[in-house]
Amino acid sequence: MSEVKKIATRESYGNALVELGKEHEDVIVLDADLAAATKTGIFKKAFPDRHVDCGIAECNMMGIAAGLSTCGMVPFASTFAMFAAGRAYEQVRNSIGYPRLNVKIGATHAGISVGEDGATHQCLEDLALMREIPGMVVLNPSDDIEARACVKAAYEHQGPVYMRFGRLAAPVINDRPDYHFELGKGVLLKEGFDVTLVATGLMVSETLEAAKRLEDLGISCEVINIHTIKPLDESLLLASAKKTQAVVTVEEHSTIGGLGSAVADTLSEQLPTKLLKIGVRDVFGESGPAVELLHKYGLDADGITTKVAEFCRH
Amino acid sequence: MNELNLKRHANRIRKGILDGVHAARSGHPGGSLSATEVFTYLYFEEMNIDPKNPKMEGRDRFVLSKGHTAPGLYATLAERGFFPKEDLVTLRHTGSYLQGHPDMKHIPGVDMSSGSLGQGISAACGMALAAKLRGESYRVYTLLGDGEIQEGQVWEAAMFAAAKKLDHLTVIVDNNNLQIDGAVSEVNSPYPIDDKFESFNFHVINVEDGNDFTQLEAAFGEARRIKDQPVAIILKTVKGKGVSFMENEVGWHGTAPNDEQYKEAIAELEEAYAKLGKEEA
Repeated sequence: MSEVKKIATRESYGNALVELGKEHEDVIVLDADLAAATKTGIFKKAFPDRHVDCGIAECNMMGIAAGLSTCGMVPFASTFAMFAAGRAYEQVRNSIGYPRLNVKIGATHAGISVGEDGATHQCLEDLALMREIPGMVVLNPSDDIEARACVKAAYEHQGPVYMRFGRLAAPVINDRPDYHFELGKGVLLKEGFDVTLVATGLMVSETLEAAKRLEDLGISCEVINIHTIKPLDESLLLASAKKTQAVVTVEEHSTIGGLGSAVADTLSEQLPTKLLKIGVRDVFGESGPAVELLHKYGLDADGITTKVAEFCRH
Repeated sequence: MNELNLKRHANRIRKGILDGVHAARSGHPGGSLSATEVFTYLYFEEMNIDPKNPKMEGRDRFVLSKGHTAPGLYATLAERGFFPKEDLVTLRHTGSYLQGHPDMKHIPGVDMSSGSLGQGISAACGMALAAKLRGESYRVYTLLGDGEIQEGQVWEAAMFAAAKKLDHLTVIVDNNNLQIDGAVSEVNSPYPIDDKFESFNFHVINVEDGNDFTQLEAAFGEARRIKDQPVAIILKTVKGKGVSFMENEVGWHGTAPNDEQYKEAIAELEEAYAKLGKEEA
C-alpha cells in the first residue's frame, strides 16, 4: 500500500492565503502572536506589508478586522479556535456578526487533536458558538485540498465566515480530478443503504476507514462529508436519511451544539430518524499525543466502527 | 468657527435627544447631553462628511464606542441632515431603523455598529489602520465613556494604536465622572485617565471644559498636528448638561423623562435658545 500524503489543514490555510494574496490586493491577514502556529507566517513572508500582528489581544483583533472590513479590505483574522470563538465570542457576535461584516476568521488548533497542550487549548465548542450567530458561515474542511478550497470560497462569499482548521497532519482524501467545492453543499463520498455516516473535518478520513471495516461486518454505510456546518446541506442529509433510516454524526467537537446538533435539528423537524452522535460527550479534553487522544475518545476508525456496529445492532 | 451657530445646533440636538428618549420611554439622556458639544463640533466643524452621500469615499469616520448614547448621535445626524428629524421620535420603537444602539446597516451616517462597551475603539483602530496601509488621508474619531474605559479591550486597542502609530486616530473620552452605579471614581476608578493614555504612548490633550466650543476647537486643532502617534482628548464634561435637573445626577444615565419632566426640559432649552439671540436671515 502506498503511503498516504498527510498535511495539517492549518498548513493549507497559510498556503491558501498566499495564493489569495497574489490574486487580491484587498486581502489582509491578522494574527495574535501565533503566526508560526496558525501558519499565517507563510503569508507574512510573502506579503509583509499585508500581515498585521495584533499581539496577544484577540478581542481587539476581531474589532480591528471589523474596522478594516468597513473600509473595503478583506481581513483574515487568525488565532487558535479557543481564542477566536471562545475568548472573542462576543466581539465576533457584536462587532462582526451583527453588522454582517466581510470578515473571515481562520481558527486553527481546534479539537482534542491539539494534543499535548491539553484541555485549555482544545476547543470543542467553537462550531456551536459560531453556528448560533445569524449570518455566520461555518466551515470545517476535511483535508488539504478542501481546506484550500474553503479559504478561496470564504473570500468569494460576501459576509462573515468562520473556518476551522487542525494542528494534526490529516490524510489527503479529496485528491481526485472531479473534486469540486461548493459552499453549503455536502459531499457524498460513498453510497450505502444500512446507515448514513455524516462526518466533518478530521473525522471524515477516519469515518471512511470505519465504513470499510463496517462493510466487512456486513453493514453498508453511506458516507457524507459536511464541510459546511452552516448553512447545512439539508436536502442531501434528508435524502440519505430517507434511504437508510439511520444516521450517525461524527465530529471532533462536543456532541452539544455542533454537527450532531445541527443534523438532529434538521431530522427531528423534517424527518425524525434514529440518530447517534459521535463526538466528545460533555467532558474536557486532556494532554497526550493527538493520535492517542483520538483513540481514547473514540474518535478514530476503531472507535467509530465499534459505536456504529453497536448502533446498527439495536 | 461660528460659535453662535454651533450653540444653536447643540441646543436643537439636545431637544432631539429629549424628543427621542421621551418618545421611547427609555434610553440614555445623561451621556448624550454631556457629549452634545463634541458631537456638534465633530459633525459641523471637524469632520469631512457629506449627509447626501453618507458612504462617501475618503470621508472621515466616527465610531460611537459608548454606543448607549445613540440618542445624541442620532439627534446630531438628523440636525446635520442625514435623515429627517421627525424620525427621532421612533427611537427604540419596534420596526424603526433607529435602534437602541448604533446600527450601521440601517442608519445613514453610522460608520460602525456599537454598544457593547470597549468594542468601538478597536473598530476605529481598524479603520485608521486601513487608512495608513492604503496611504489615505481620512481621519477616524471615536468617543468613549469614562466608565467604558474600565473595559480591558480599550487598553488592548490603545496599545495597538500607539504601537502601529495610528496618527489618523483621535480617541475622545467623555469624562462626566458618572456611570450607572455611581461616580466612576467610586465604582472602579479609571483615574488618572490622562497618565494612562500617555503611558500607552498617546499624545494626550486635557480639555478643562468639554462643553465649550472654543476649547474643543483648540484641542482638535492640536490633534491634527500630531504625527506618528494617536491622540487622546480627555473632555471634562457635565453629565446631563443643559437640562438643569439632569445635570450631575447619576439617575439620568439611563432614564427617560416623563411627560412633565420632558415639558420642563424643553422649556429650559427653548429659553436658552432665545438667549442666543435672533438668527440672522
